[in-house]
Amino acid sequence: MAQFETVEVSTDLLICGGGMAACGAAVEAAYWAKKQGLKVTMVDKATPDRSGAVAMGLSAINTYMGVVEGENTPEGFVKYVRGDLMGITREDLVYDIGRHVDGTVNLFEKWGLPFWRDHETGKRVRGGKWQIMINGESYKVIVAEAAKNALAEMGDKGEVIDRVFILEPLLDGDRIAGAVGFSVRENKIYVFKAKAVMAAMGGAVGVFRPRSVGEGLGRSWYPPFSSGSSAYFTIKAGAEMTCQEVRFIPVRFKDGYGPVGAWFLFFKAKAKNALGEDYMVTNAAELEKWGPYGKVKPVPANLRNWLGMLDVNAGKGPIYMHTPEAMAAFGDAIPDEKARKKRMKELEAEAWEDYLDMTVSQALLWAGENIRPEDRPSEIAGAEPYFIGSHSGASGAWCSGPEDLAPKEYFWGYNRMTTVKGLFAAGDACGASSHKFSSGSHTEGRIAAKAAVAFIVDNPSEPKIDKAQLDAIIERINRPMKLFEENHAKSSDPNINPAFMKPRQYMHRIQKIMDEYAGGYSCAYTTSAKLMEKGLEKLAMLKEDSEKLAAENLHELMRCFENIHRTAQAEVHIRTMLFREETRWPGYYFRSDIPTIKDPEWRVFVNIAMDPKTGEYSLKKIPVIELVK
Amino acid sequence: MPSWVILEKCDGCKGQDKTACMYICPNDLMVLDKEKMKAFNQEPDLCWECYSCVKICPQQAIDVRGYADFVPMGASAVALRGTEDIMWTIGFRDGTIKRFKFPIRTTPEGKAVPHAGMNTAESDLKKPGLSTEPDSLGFELPTIKK
Repeated sequence: MAQFETVEVSTDLLICGGGMAACGAAVEAAYWAKKQGLKVTMVDKATPDRSGAVAMGLSAINTYMGVVEGENTPEGFVKYVRGDLMGITREDLVYDIGRHVDGTVNLFEKWGLPFWRDHETGKRVRGGKWQIMINGESYKVIVAEAAKNALAEMGDKGEVIDRVFILEPLLDGDRIAGAVGFSVRENKIYVFKAKAVMAAMGGAVGVFRPRSVGEGLGRSWYPPFSSGSSAYFTIKAGAEMTCQEVRFIPVRFKDGYGPVGAWFLFFKAKAKNALGEDYMVTNAAELEKWGPYGKVKPVPANLRNWLGMLDVNAGKGPIYMHTPEAMAAFGDAIPDEKARKKRMKELEAEAWEDYLDMTVSQALLWAGENIRPEDRPSEIAGAEPYFIGSHSGASGAWCSGPEDLAPKEYFWGYNRMTTVKGLFAAGDACGASSHKFSSGSHTEGRIAAKAAVAFIVDNPSEPKIDKAQLDAIIERINRPMKLFEENHAKSSDPNINPAFMKPRQYMHRIQKIMDEYAGGYSCAYTTSAKLMEKGLEKLAMLKEDSEKLAAENLHELMRCFENIHRTAQAEVHIRTMLFREETRWPGYYFRSDIPTIKDPEWRVFVNIAMDPKTGEYSLKKIPVIELVK
Repeated sequence: MPSWVILEKCDGCKGQDKTACMYICPNDLMVLDKEKMKAFNQEPDLCWECYSCVKICPQQAIDVRGYADFVPMGASAVALRGTEDIMWTIGFRDGTIKRFKFPIRTTPEGKAVPHAGMNTAESDLKKPGLSTEPDSLGFELPTIKK
């Protein structure tokens, strides 16, 4: 078996991740750290040009206020997010995104991202109230380029290390001291010593069994390489986590998972059941059951899901997105035939670009099924659950807000710092700060990076590395390959062996447990205390078996730890859903044993933390404080 | 099958330390068989079909065949990515071809200037103003009165 060489990297700020938030952190940190003579290191499991959720590209920027154009205000954004999250959001964090995000979007355009502009007014084309349309195939390439250029401008004080997978935090008492990972390409373990660390390793995908389990296993809506590393890292550091029950269920074009946002908001298409009924109309009375949130406009995403799911559960599926009607309506509005034909041609290209920029699989599915959106409607359906604090979910670490906005209960010194000193979080890693999407995640990375530099200036001492802790992590990294080496010869099959389990099989097991006990798609997103208690029993044994994960090579070693990371996300999810004794987000999950919302009793955050010394979890309620009236 | 390598076109990036597809794949799927000097996708069922390998391949030696779980045979989506735009050729099961071209960037490759030559008004690390603000915003940073 190959021996790992240990590489030590000392830095001031360690940015873990390479996606939109991490790139924002790099750009901003470069500015402030340069003034202070500090070093910044960005470490990515992949390579930043195409890493994270925007790897493929995007067809819209979903968070843009348009303050200068007089279109929106940060206050309006807070009201929107509060309603969409059924009353539970950190208004200080959301406002903070809203007030900075336009600057981020303007920088993207300077860097070279093409925006759709209205032919007559020259204004950016809105895809919806908060969305603007882009030609976003190279969105991530461009943003990563700015981040890399910013670090390069720092000379030997800025660096990007790619293909290193961060596994574990290093702690010095109650302060972060660094992180440990390994190269997925060389036999090297990386030990990073840092005065501040940013967790920006994305959300969690593959925790629940997906709808497609053959070749299509990888066709998750969010990327399959977002494997819960942010959640694991912050949980293991002992950080308080929030909104771990607030998963997201994307209702998307069925199987290909093509986006629906542009169809609903830009093309104004309607979704209808197989009988031709608009479930938002026929099931409107259901909204009365969900407190003040059923009256919010636009209807919260989970309630829109829910009204559609009621029809699916009643046997009225499939649900279709009526693309032909929507496209025809555009044409009908143009009396001149030549102009109409030209516009229809443009619309066709716009419809295809929506997929080709961000979900090519959906274009392949249309082509494979001979679907032309102007002629035939397409099926939509709820996907498997995801953990994605940047979107309409809210899971992530519980972070301090900005000093000028946060009430004292939400402020402990540094914006976006978790409850662990020196450990910051941004993007999918930062909870209760939803609807950031790509631009807001980048913005949050910027906000967090500036605060992290301030932390380093205030806390210049080198944190101490606990040798026993480090040795234990190194032993853990070595174990899966050692286990394979020592036992594989006993079996005719490298994947089937009584002494170990391969990560692929482990992944199927966690996905099966979560699907069947924690409200996955095959159970119509429904669970109960009894099911969750049983699920926790099964997860406990799975966690024990994680000690027997085996790997033949570095790639498989990466898969072992990705699944360990997913397991932590799974456990805090079930524990938090169990603690919250109500159903608040039907359409995301439904508790059959407590099927109603309980306002105001449960209009609170639920936070969960693991004691790093004992491994015990504790849960508590935290009040929701409204800042915008 | 997600991404697959066209054997007659792949040259293994002529034995450099890594191939272009290995460099770019966000899921660490592409590897080089050094004996055959051909790249391959080592875990096709964990492929996101993000086309990063397809777009970067200097030999145009990578294609995608839609997931067999749910995509009927016969479809294709071929990408030709240049420095300013991308051309897509979509082949339908019924033989129809559609072609689309979209812009991808407005600046030369490699030339994204991080702070875009903008000034930063704030100098206090403890204050909320970020680099390039308020120039990049176009308005003074607001707050909520407590």
